[in-house]
Amino acid sequence: MNKIVAKRHFSENVVELVVEAPLIARARRAGHFVIVRADEHGERVPLTIADADSEAGTITLVVQAVGESTRKICAKVIGDCLHDVVGPLGQATHIERVGTVVCCGGGVGVAPLLPIVKAMKAAGNRVVSILAGRTKELIILEEEIRQSSDETIIMTDDGSYGRKGLVTDGLEAVIKAENVNLVVAIGPAVMMKFTALLTKKYEIPTVCSLNTIMVDGTGMCGACRVTVGGRTRFVCVDGPEFNAHEVDFDEMIMRLHAYDNENK
Amino acid sequence: MDIKEIRAAHRAETWREELRKSKSAKERMSQPRVKMPSLSPETRIRSNNEVNCGLTAEMAMAEASRCLDCADPQCVTGCPVGIEIPSFIKNVERGDFRAAAAVIKATSALPAVCGRVCPQEKQCESRCIYHAKMGKEAVAIGYLERFVADEEMAAGEITAPVAAPCNGIKVAVAGSGPAGLAFAGDMAKLGYDVTVYEALHEIGGVLKYGIPEFRLPNKIVDAEIDGLRRLGVKFVTNCIVGKTLSYDDLHRDGVRGIFAASGAGLPRFMNIEGENLNGVMSSNEYLTRINLMGAASASEDTPVLHGRNVAVIGGGNTAMDSARTARRMGAENVMLVYRRSEEEMPARLEEVGHAKEEGIRFLTLRNPIAYLNDGNGRVCAMRLQRMELGEPDESGRRSPVPVEGAIEEIPVDLVIVSVGVSPNPLIPRAIPQLSVSRKGTVVVDESTMQTSVADIYAGGDIVRGGATVILAMGDGRRAAACMHRALSGE
Repeated sequence: MNKIVAKRHFSENVVELVVEAPLIARARRAGHFVIVRADEHGERVPLTIADADSEAGTITLVVQAVGESTRKICAKVIGDCLHDVVGPLGQATHIERVGTVVCCGGGVGVAPLLPIVKAMKAAGNRVVSILAGRTKELIILEEEIRQSSDETIIMTDDGSYGRKGLVTDGLEAVIKAENVNLVVAIGPAVMMKFTALLTKKYEIPTVCSLNTIMVDGTGMCGACRVTVGGRTRFVCVDGPEFNAHEVDFDEMIMRLHAYDNENK
Repeated sequence: MDIKEIRAAHRAETWREELRKSKSAKERMSQPRVKMPSLSPETRIRSNNEVNCGLTAEMAMAEASRCLDCADPQCVTGCPVGIEIPSFIKNVERGDFRAAAAVIKATSALPAVCGRVCPQEKQCESRCIYHAKMGKEAVAIGYLERFVADEEMAAGEITAPVAAPCNGIKVAVAGSGPAGLAFAGDMAKLGYDVTVYEALHEIGGVLKYGIPEFRLPNKIVDAEIDGLRRLGVKFVTNCIVGKTLSYDDLHRDGVRGIFAASGAGLPRFMNIEGENLNGVMSSNEYLTRINLMGAASASEDTPVLHGRNVAVIGGGNTAMDSARTARRMGAENVMLVYRRSEEEMPARLEEVGHAKEEGIRFLTLRNPIAYLNDGNGRVCAMRLQRMELGEPDESGRRSPVPVEGAIEEIPVDLVIVSVGVSPNPLIPRAIPQLSVSRKGTVVVDESTMQTSVADIYAGGDIVRGGATVILAMGDGRRAAACMHRALSGE
């Protein structure tokens, strides 16, 4: 079983869990995710792998409690087990040396961004990371991101930490100051949408990682489907990363609300 | 001895000769085919209980006595796994149900499943002499198979078939659906060290996530899987060959042969306007939420969308399962939308009949062309194009063509798309040396089920696209026989 060997709180509703999963730790690469079921009655929930230690046989997950299932996962303590963990799933991030890469993370999106920042840096890129959150308490993994970035910018909506403003304000300042070859954006759908709109204006290639509703995570059901470049794609097998300029974010946001009224 | 000589020897056994002589052929032929007792439509749509109730021992023995014990039984040739049908049926007739079970188990790993879900009218029963030569109803082979398996389970004395001594050779199976289970059963009987890897958290593939409880109870599937465990088959859930474990990982673990049976899980959509609206989903998603995740039950966390006016698009068994499930989920008006006429429907006749009894409305010769948005992103209506049948296509079926201008709009709040599946791409993507057809199916030598990679065999829907449980099992058996030949040097 998948025992939890370490846990820390980033904020009241955001926790980091280090989980025993030796086969996944060995096989995973940046961009991969897992499907987790907290207990025998649980839903299957997709979570991106934030880090892994193949020697210790562990993977790191960052979870924000937003609903019943994520609350159950966040409530687990060291020594507890996750009932099911399967992966690594999805296509790994395409990593190559392109020059300057700006990595933008919003909220818990910083967790899946971390392995990409590390891999982009290891591939010889100049990496500028922009971490954004509503308020200071919601900025996570700052130290880890700083260690792998050439420059790190913090943005908060309320100005409680770093610069005041949205991720797009920080990004536009970087774009104006230097030549940017690639932007990677991971966070709430609306944040990725506006990041994509901004970089489209500057014609900078942009990759986003979509976090849609999933069930199996293996291409079997199509719950996660999105329209990319006019075609229906399955986030779990074709993604989760796509060219942000081709994603129909409005449709994706609409689909994220499918179960809002479905109270059990 | 070849199979025909063995068959003749069994048929010549004293008890069987005496049994044949105990009743005249005329007497046997004058009996009507047994009717399967079932729950009434009014009761069954209020529960998830199995609709077909099974035969009593008296019914089964009477039905078994209809079988003429043909010298050259054609029913056997209609069975994809080659069950010795007259031999098991004659054991039922004389009341030796355990012996009957042993006959079936010699060739079939999942009799309680196959007796329930095989389209017997297209397989064994279609070749029965009653049907093929006399214009009478075939012997109810499927009902009898199910009776024998259920009887054994109820007696709690399930005997595992005798397995050869362990030969220490490791083989791996990707996928625990019917093809993988049949392969695993045969290889274990031959003495191999078999491990089945399953991506989901439960064993059984489509038998668990797809076919609903009212047609195939999960406890039946679990009991048959336990039978395989007793044979020594190991099961690993939450493990995806090609993702969690690579082809090289399996080799490093000493695996000498791999059977790829990951199915055709990838649902097809029609790419029409509004298909990504909320409330439009694949039958795989709908059935998985309900069957595998228990979304109908308050104790399970997984939700599912409900609808009052539900449309199911398609005419196969999965469409019937989805429509009948929607009825049980409380939908008032369930419509089945099919672009051809009822005659061309690929679903089993029995399922079509059950669906109609349960009040499903059949809107045939209609094809959806768009789904309309209620303003909040949820589907509120479907636009249907009326069709008529034109010339026969390559498959011999008359292809539907639109009737110009004949378009209607019908209110719906849930649409379940059940227009077929494509092979799951995970394994072909993970093993690029595998030769794959234009449709995405894994290419195999049809006589051996061997793929373009020498130690990988494949079968079931990953090779066929969406097909049936029993064809998948037949593939599994063939692959096992051929891999055994290759690995043992016989």
